[in-house]
Amino acid sequence: MSAKTLTINGKPVSAREDETILDAARDAGVVMPTLCHLDGLTDIGACRMCLVEVTGINKLLPACTTRVAEGMEVRTDTEQLRKYRRMTVELLFAERNHVCAGCVANNHCELQDVGIAVGMDHVRYDYLFPKHDVDLTHTQFGMDQNRCILCQRCVRVCDEIEGAHTWDVLGRGVKARVITDLNQPWGESLSCTSCGKCVMACPTGAIFKLGSTVEESVKDRSKLAFLKNARDKKQWVM
Amino acid sequence: MTPEELDRTREREQAADANFEHHVHVCVGTACEALGSEAIAKNIESELKAAGRDGKIKVRCVGCPGLCALGPLVEVEAKDKPADEPATLYQYVKPEDAKEIAASIGGAPATRLQADTRQPFFTRQTKIVLENCGRIDPERIEDYIAADGFQALEKALFEMEPQEVIDEISKSGLRGRGGAGFPTGLKWATVAKSNSPAVSRVPDDILARKFVICNGDEGDPGAFMDRSTMEGDPFRIIEGMLLAGYAVGAGKGYVYVRAEYPLAVKRLRSAIRQAQRGGMLGANIMGSGFNFDIDVRLGAGAFVCGEETSLIASIEGGRGTPRPRPPFPAESGLWGCPTLINNVETMANIAPIIRRGAAWFAGIGTEKSKGTKVFALTGQVNNTGLIEVPMGISLREIVFDIGGGLPEGRSFKAVQTGGPSGGCIPAQYLDMKVDYESLAQVGSIMGSGGMIVMDDQTDMVEIARFFMEFCMEESCGKCVPCRVGTAQMHGLLTRISEGKATQAHLDTLTELCDMVRRTSLCGLGQSAPNPVLSTLRYFKSEYESKLVKDGQHER
Amino acid sequence: MSKLRFATVWMGGCSGCHMSFLDLDEWLIPLADLIEVVYSPIVDIKQFPANVDVTLVEGAIANRDNLELIHIIRRNTKVLASFGDCAVTSNVTGMRNPLGGPEVVLDRAYRDAQLLRPQIPDDEGIVPPLIARVAPVHAIVPVDLYIPGCPPSAKRIRAVLEQIVAGKPVEMIGREMLKFG
Repeated sequence: MSAKTLTINGKPVSAREDETILDAARDAGVVMPTLCHLDGLTDIGACRMCLVEVTGINKLLPACTTRVAEGMEVRTDTEQLRKYRRMTVELLFAERNHVCAGCVANNHCELQDVGIAVGMDHVRYDYLFPKHDVDLTHTQFGMDQNRCILCQRCVRVCDEIEGAHTWDVLGRGVKARVITDLNQPWGESLSCTSCGKCVMACPTGAIFKLGSTVEESVKDRSKLAFLKNARDKKQWVM
Repeated sequence: MTPEELDRTREREQAADANFEHHVHVCVGTACEALGSEAIAKNIESELKAAGRDGKIKVRCVGCPGLCALGPLVEVEAKDKPADEPATLYQYVKPEDAKEIAASIGGAPATRLQADTRQPFFTRQTKIVLENCGRIDPERIEDYIAADGFQALEKALFEMEPQEVIDEISKSGLRGRGGAGFPTGLKWATVAKSNSPAVSRVPDDILARKFVICNGDEGDPGAFMDRSTMEGDPFRIIEGMLLAGYAVGAGKGYVYVRAEYPLAVKRLRSAIRQAQRGGMLGANIMGSGFNFDIDVRLGAGAFVCGEETSLIASIEGGRGTPRPRPPFPAESGLWGCPTLINNVETMANIAPIIRRGAAWFAGIGTEKSKGTKVFALTGQVNNTGLIEVPMGISLREIVFDIGGGLPEGRSFKAVQTGGPSGGCIPAQYLDMKVDYESLAQVGSIMGSGGMIVMDDQTDMVEIARFFMEFCMEESCGKCVPCRVGTAQMHGLLTRISEGKATQAHLDTLTELCDMVRRTSLCGLGQSAPNPVLSTLRYFKSEYESKLVKDGQHER
Repeated sequence: MSKLRFATVWMGGCSGCHMSFLDLDEWLIPLADLIEVVYSPIVDIKQFPANVDVTLVEGAIANRDNLELIHIIRRNTKVLASFGDCAVTSNVTGMRNPLGGPEVVLDRAYRDAQLLRPQIPDDEGIVPPLIARVAPVHAIVPVDLYIPGCPPSAKRIRAVLEQIVAGKPVEMIGREMLKFG
């Protein structure tokens, strides 16, 4: 495996050829907000938070799915990108009914964190206020559609790590939502193994442990990291 | 079918046709068929039989001859008609008119039903893609063979190396007809050069390691070019795909058609079956050793599945959503294998280019846009229908000559091309040449060929809102800018339409247009703001006249 | 230097932001030297005055009174600040929006849950009717400054007010200043 040399925000960086711009940026200590990315899962480039500018390429590229190349000049923090990122976060907050004050994930929420990172002090768009359900049929976990940002981390962790593929997406556009099995109540799902990986993968308070109240949904991703490490490197160490 | 058998079939069919003194063509495309054209054909046949003339007059059900506004259409052509004379065309035919038409054949035409075939609609077109549409029976492979069908395939398989086929396509200057206009030859060369993966995800029962896909997921509102081609000349698409498969080294092809086109699906399936029986599909095609087969896959009605990566996901059996490119399908497509995706109209151009040569094709059109383009002409125009014109023709010729202008009392305001991904072009550009670059320059796109004419009474904000609603409904929901951005833009356009918006709202809309265009994952989102941007560019005053002063808007 | 003419308003919110304001504790005393409170739920002034320098608006726009008052405030205020999550996002107050119109919540509160004499209070002039949709302040009138938080902590309020009284442009950056909830 050969290594590539590139620059990120003018700083020279080296990376393995199979690494993405996001990997290289993280290695180099460049902070980039992300939402749909989770270490160990296949990247899908859906949230558009990690878009970067690459010299000579007219389009903005998602850092999480774009491989590094020799001599690549990457910029992650231009005025344009900052503007788009803030707009993206605002669009997410306007899409569903995110009430931080009443959320299990308050203070432990990646959406809240990126809101702060992009300097969002208010949302300029009309709140859509859609009517969404809360599924409390599972014996251990709950799903609140109001807090979902459709990052599909639950879908991927369930499919790729647990191998159950309980979660998937139904519908399209703003009407899209994640479902369990073929849109059955979660408690009636035959495929769910109740492993709880989706709870840990969820960046917001959409999927939570029953009985947890405001600010109590603390995410522990060490088990996912353990599994990924075990699979990739055959090392069974925490 | 060996080359010799192919030649014999062609000669036999042509000789049989020559026995008839008159040919009657009845359009059985979706539009005419819905108005009972199959009964018309049946009635004319039984009238002729009753009169004992069926041995001298051949009645054929054919694909769309183009002028849908006048349908159902019946054409009567005498064998000894001079080549530059148009055939007799009957318009608005009803099943009960069959007797009158049948009786008139060979004598004076039935003037009551006659259409004017000397109008520019017929004389100004150049037909390559649609050359057989309205001429042959799309459900008989022999008809296609008689019209020089599969000659290009024979030539390629026995006289040309795959690379020569690619070179020919490159030299012809053909560009993708799906909208973006990527050079077809370059795409083919890329797929030909791409290596299949060592470990593949291809299902066990499919032997191929490279694929050809024909994109028939035509979804633009008001567009029906590909449908008419698939309905009227399905064998041409099969031949195009065979040539593509031979050129790039693929062994399997898929035609992806939307399920809303049942007639196209039926004719394609019938055509594939006939081609398989005739040995034009399957193993050892025409005895050449080349293997290739085609399957039809139906779309479930999502516009985004016209986007190539979504289409591939859909064929694989997954949810039809796009993925970031690169890698492009040419490198890693269906089941991770190199995959060539071309639109129906592109595929329909292949056989004529190979048969008649790249130089002939390159002689038509403009410097950078070669050949012809099929448009579905709709909206406020007299002759709605399907037209094929050389690239470089002016918009004015299309709308006012071929289209016959606007209905009485209306004046021209704009023409919309490219559907929900395109833009509105105002009157000042009527004399502009129609080619990829010119259309892009004025803020629209060639698109797949929808062309909607708008009159002075059209509300441009309403038009932008209509297309935005379409994109909002059709967004797959994967990426944030397209999913939520289109909904927000739609909300803002609704607000402007209802007179509840201020300048600040218009500014927010403009900013969102830029953001959604630049940051969306696939072409659907990237082009969704185009109708707004182009109407803002040319008809800004219409937006501004609907705004209210700050503080006066109600919620 | 003359004192800043300062107002706070309580719209569709729980008054928690005002409680948090009182949590400024002993700093209220030096603050009182710098500002003159010309309108607030904690002072006895009935009419919103003219020529106000700074107004903190707590709560979302939820009823007809809120709607009328916010336009008066905007006309009479130089710097209008959305104070707390309800004013900035409509927050908890806005949670009735997805349910449909105000009737749904009124029915739940005053009819379904009452055993004796269920009725919706609607005396004209006493109980202002709810508007169809709860809105954050900036959706109705232009807003100059946003102070998120449910409630904004006293520390955050002080940081904002210190910048205001010093005549500096207010900078809202980082977790301390921007976290919602």
